Amino acid sequence: MIWSPSSGSIELLTAGGWGSAMLVGLARSLTIALGAFALGLVIGIAGALGKLSGGAVARQALDLYTTVVRSVPELVLILIVYFAGADLINGILTALGQAKIDFNGAIAGIVVLGVVQGAYSTEVIRGAILSVPLGQIEAAQAFGMSSWLTLRRITLPAMLPFALPGLSNLWLIAMKDTALLAVLGFGELTQVTRQAAGTTKAYFTFFFAAGCMYLLATMVSNLLSRRLEAWATKGVAHV
Amino acid sequence: MSSPLEAPARARRRWLDAGTLTPVIAALLFGAYAALQMRWDWLGNYYPLLLRGLGMTVLLVIVTSSLGMLLAIPIGLVQVVGPKWLALPARAFCTVIRGTPLLLQLWLLYYGLGSLFPQFPWIRDSALWPILRQAWPYAFVGLTLSYAAYEGEVFRGAFKGVPKGQLDAARAYGMSGLLTFRRIWLPQAFKRAMPTLAGETILQLKATPLVATITVIDVYSVAAQVRQQTYLTYEPLLLISAIYILMAVAITKVFARLSGQGQDNTAFRKS
Repeated sequence: MIWSPSSGSIELLTAGGWGSAMLVGLARSLTIALGAFALGLVIGIAGALGKLSGGAVARQALDLYTTVVRSVPELVLILIVYFAGADLINGILTALGQAKIDFNGAIAGIVVLGVVQGAYSTEVIRGAILSVPLGQIEAAQAFGMSSWLTLRRITLPAMLPFALPGLSNLWLIAMKDTALLAVLGFGELTQVTRQAAGTTKAYFTFFFAAGCMYLLATMVSNLLSRRLEAWATKGVAHV
Repeated sequence: MSSPLEAPARARRRWLDAGTLTPVIAALLFGAYAALQMRWDWLGNYYPLLLRGLGMTVLLVIVTSSLGMLLAIPIGLVQVVGPKWLALPARAFCTVIRGTPLLLQLWLLYYGLGSLFPQFPWIRDSALWPILRQAWPYAFVGLTLSYAAYEGEVFRGAFKGVPKGQLDAARAYGMSGLLTFRRIWLPQAFKRAMPTLAGETILQLKATPLVATITVIDVYSVAAQVRQQTYLTYEPLLLISAIYILMAVAITKVFARLSGQGQDNTAFRKS
């Protein structure tokens, strides 16, 4: 039996308030993940459109963005975006004559992870848009739709079945990447767990419990994304 | 390969292309800014440590990817043909590793298991104890298991994807099960898994800085140390970013040569 430093493993979680603190941490992790995923989606759609129909300069700039983000470790990127973002915002605030702010909390986490997610979303959505049969877009233009209307009514809905597997994978990554924010000291699940483990010295119990929480969140997400894919591919012929 | 005669013409055309010119100008401007405005004098003091860290990072990538792949093949295989008592644990292993953050896995191994080990006298008295007290075994084990789980999933699909006719044909030739596996099934599954290997290995490279959080000295931990000791924020981070990009390019090149075809570096990420 590897896991019984004391009989009180469960008590540690229920008493002392660490269990509920971890649940709050999980909620914060999921909030940050959701925000980062949404921001990444916005960046991804804009980035994909820029790569597919932007000018040469925009395309190269976007290529640089996706290549760099996909070959530099997330941990390093998170630090760079975090420090650069804080400097930038405080620089603007100082220029405007405002007081500096403490760049911290959920918003910072969302921005930092969203910029990373955006690069991957760009590639997923670009691939999905390329999978939409050209005839559908040409038909929309023949109907006299503006390019914005074509995007909203044809391209985005039609690319959805192709993008969903990649996007659900990205959502899982967003959830797991929130753990990296613990290195910056954000109070999400992994950071709370580290505090709990450090205080009680029951390292195995708490890291194990946190692992179970992440795993549960992943499995629920898998279930939902499978439903979503089934719904989105309703009208698509399976080859 | 293009002939030497047409190469300069093509190169000139590419240089004139505004799209190619933009990143070159951006890189030059950024390089000039970095050289003139940023401080690099710390490099003199820290380069031996940086090289040591770099060595650890390279070692981690090579060793854990190789071992992880050796593990991934049986993990993928038993999920396709194995008996239930082997297939289910393999499947659970992949799900658990892929469903939780690698950072947490490393902390569970190093701080969790590491804090349990001393309670067992037979571990404390064993010859392995001096090794188990250090951080690097946990880093190597954690990263190996991670690679094995992600690539095991790939190999499951690869083994499944080999057409049944191929295996039937091998059997019709009178090959034994083992010979069929060695000559037909494994090589074809490997070919199917090959395109993912470069991407997975780049992901492995990107996962290595996490070992710094369990006190292993890799190239990232040196950059973090420089940041703490010199109060320079961007210089060390930008330097190691460039190092990681170069290593990712090298990995892409190595695998492209191994597979004998051009590869993109599209990768599904893990963390």
